Amino acid sequence: MNPIPDPDLSTPLLKRIGDRLLASFGLLVTLLALVALGALIYDVARDGAGRLSWQFLTSYPSRRAADAGILPALAGSLFVISLTALIAVPLGVSAAIHLEEYGGRGRLSRLIEINISNLAGVPSIIYGLLGLGLFVRIMGMERSVLAGASTLALLALPVIILATREALRAVPKTLREASYALGATRWQTIWHQVLPAAFPGILTGLILALSRAVGETAPLITIGALTYVPFVPTDVWSPFTVLPIQIFNWVSRPQASFGENAAAGIVVLLGFLLAMNAVAIVLRDRFHRRAG
Amino acid sequence: MNARSRTIFEFIVERALFLCAAGSILVTAGIILVLVWESAAFLRDVPLSEFLFGTVWTPLFYDKHFGVLPLVAGTLLASAIAMVVALPAGLLIAIYLSEYAPSTLRRVVRPVLEVLAGVPTVVYGYFALQFVTPLLQSFVPGLAGFNALSPGIVMGIMILPLVSSLSEDALRSVPNGLREGAYALGATRLQTSLRVVVPAAFSGISAATVLAASRAIGETMIVAIAAGQQPRLTLDPRVPVETMTAYIVQVSLGDTPAGTLEYRTIFAVGMLLFLSTFILNLISNWLRERFREEYA
Repeated sequence: MNPIPDPDLSTPLLKRIGDRLLASFGLLVTLLALVALGALIYDVARDGAGRLSWQFLTSYPSRRAADAGILPALAGSLFVISLTALIAVPLGVSAAIHLEEYGGRGRLSRLIEINISNLAGVPSIIYGLLGLGLFVRIMGMERSVLAGASTLALLALPVIILATREALRAVPKTLREASYALGATRWQTIWHQVLPAAFPGILTGLILALSRAVGETAPLITIGALTYVPFVPTDVWSPFTVLPIQIFNWVSRPQASFGENAAAGIVVLLGFLLAMNAVAIVLRDRFHRRAG
Repeated sequence: MNARSRTIFEFIVERALFLCAAGSILVTAGIILVLVWESAAFLRDVPLSEFLFGTVWTPLFYDKHFGVLPLVAGTLLASAIAMVVALPAGLLIAIYLSEYAPSTLRRVVRPVLEVLAGVPTVVYGYFALQFVTPLLQSFVPGLAGFNALSPGIVMGIMILPLVSSLSEDALRSVPNGLREGAYALGATRLQTSLRVVVPAAFSGISAATVLAASRAIGETMIVAIAAGQQPRLTLDPRVPVETMTAYIVQVSLGDTPAGTLEYRTIFAVGMLLFLSTFILNLISNWLRERFREEYA
């Protein structure tokens, strides 16, 4: 079939003006959105650059803005997110495998699917209330790293499940059929064929889900994570703070010098997220090359 | 492994995986149970009608009033401002990227917009308070340091990628035959986009809109940082207000002992928030399903 001839050429000038207007307006708004992102990054970098130093990364919080640092918050973020991954990744990937590879057309499977897509839309602060009621009060975990990680794990779970299913769905059916034809069982097929093929996609989804969890503030405030923590958490029962909460704490103070600390903290947080995403891209590429 | 033990192994694996999947239902059940349990305790002390229709919210003061309307008004005001920003801009970007832009531009813009969606909300809060509010104060007379306008606009920027990418997906899944038909009748690209493609993708676009509204209502940190913490029944975007989410944060930061009425207020407010977003998400899902049926 021939390509559609550009209709612009055959229409009178007036009609063409409308087209031009929408095209330029569309481009303008698109650029505006990108400018907003640029302004955000510029604003934070300008405010925070002066405070970024090795001392800032390795100091404890302080009443004097110039002496304050983010060591406990950084350590807390790393600790909490590792534990979150440890809880949520096995659960989420297993659930996704079941739904995608075994999931029947039964009423229960359908219910689980609807439920997961609804959970993905629940505001994060509601997970905080769940964590507060369930982990902190009923299970008596107090305001510990474990309570925080469990809460974030529940929050990340639907995202992980949805991303993993997407990755599994992208594996061609022929791969499974070939494996069955060779006499492999269902689990052998999944473990030796489907999962390795879907690995890069799953990994990307996991890192995206976890980087969202790293930036979460509200649910951890709700479970009562502390805002002033002058020590590095040592075990899962330690009280803790995380980088976004430290930033929030500094933002809410009226002094301009703490605002600079907040900006510097944001630069570190954004750098951390950027590094996570870079790792995801590198890992995915390496895996692609080996598999391809 | 012999055949029999292999069958048993397969069965065990299948059951274990099933338990993980079914566990997600426990999460929903947990949310509902915790919220209902504490809200019920709250409603034993405060009548439902006072909670839903009262116009003064002062649970942390000596003279306590539990009318949630000021929080609802704050939430709706900030969310409405966000939608006023995100909806036209997001839709325009979607139409532009789907119907006009060269595919190279599209390939660049989409990932950058996704970065916008991945920025932590506490960062947006900082941006609203330290950059957007001072900027707005230079030309909006009487704009307070804390207000609904600035976080509303920033929230609009935050949900913009959601509106634009979901709407673009909806526009792109409209079959090309419809466009070709319109062109064959002599329509311009603008007429085709606005009178054929957009109406055809209408339920998909509405689904994106409703989902964005739900995201705005549940957004916490931007409003907690930049909107202030004064529950106020007003539609004036220049003065400090408090949203439902910001109230939960405010109480959580203080040292409110479990089991007190103040402590329970956050679950009652949370219940209201959960119900509103849940209903919006259901509507969005329903709209999306309808769209899928049309072009499946």
